[in-house]
Amino acid sequence: MNTPALKDWPLWEVFVRSKQGLEHKHCGSLHAADAAQALHMARDVYTRRQEGVSIWVVPSSQITASNPDDKGELFDPASDKIYRHPTFYEIPDEVGHM
Amino acid sequence: MSKAPVDYLLQLADNAVVLGQRNAEWCGHGPILEEDIALANVSLDLIGQARLLYQLAAARIGGDATEDKLAYFRDPAEFRNYTLVELPNHGALVGYAAADMDYATTIVRNFLYSALMALQWEALANSADEELAAIAAKSLKETRYHLHHAADWVVRFGDGTEESHRRAQAALDHLYRYTEEFWTPSATEDAAVAAGVAVDVRSLRAGWDALLAETLADATLVRPEVRGYVPEGKHGLHSEHLSYLLGEMQSLARAHPGATW
Repeated sequence: MNTPALKDWPLWEVFVRSKQGLEHKHCGSLHAADAAQALHMARDVYTRRQEGVSIWVVPSSQITASNPDDKGELFDPASDKIYRHPTFYEIPDEVGHM
Repeated sequence: MSKAPVDYLLQLADNAVVLGQRNAEWCGHGPILEEDIALANVSLDLIGQARLLYQLAAARIGGDATEDKLAYFRDPAEFRNYTLVELPNHGALVGYAAADMDYATTIVRNFLYSALMALQWEALANSADEELAAIAAKSLKETRYHLHHAADWVVRFGDGTEESHRRAQAALDHLYRYTEEFWTPSATEDAAVAAGVAVDVRSLRAGWDALLAETLADATLVRPEVRGYVPEGKHGLHSEHLSYLLGEMQSLARAHPGATW
């Protein structure tokens, strides 16, 4: 593989919705020159096995991520607050998938 | 039900399998990983189209005919594909080392062919031959994507850098003359039209010209003049390149006839 394109082309994050009613899920990233091409390439790279009915692509540079070093203060305080989980309710069957 | 002549099915199948094999030569050698996968997908679509057509042809030939026999045990002179699709993935008048493969040549060829087939499959989807019509309807969706993919790259190359423009124009200058074969019906094509299962290919030319005009204008590429040369691949008169392609494609099946895995 030649490498210049990888240097020049931005990285895109790919989200695929697997079927009607479910949300788009992050499934990976790829290099592409622009958004239209990123969509095409996402189709070929990530939906070859009938995985999707809809694709989103987002420039990776537009994602602001939490700092792994802040993991402790961000997430650990929630670990002993089990009352925040909606596990104390019975969900009626008619509600279906949540 | 009207039935397409077997030779007509073989012409469609041979085009698909030969171009699928040519595109597959990029597998593992594509310009970038994402495009490598995209082209392999195109290749697998074409080979899938060929399989359906060979299966249908084999069923109509009867006896011990199979799709594998049609693909792997016919010699070059029996193949009915356009000369265009058997040409190497190289520009004109260069050596044929793997390192000299030219992506613009591959893309421009896919563009010229898929522009034709998008119109051809659309027409055949209404064929009086219902089995052929079903294959055409499936192939049409795939081919529209191939056309989209190739046209996108033709514009990016043509309207890109000085080097990409030069290569795209060179590929078009090299390959365009071979499209004359599309528009000169063979006896087989005439028979399919007479049987009411195909349209006269000449009726597709205006649509093909319009598809080309739009993309080439966006790509700032100039359509070359044609000077009367009409290739005869679909009559079985091929360039030297088809023998090498088939030699590679058929060697395994011929070394191990009937092998399964």
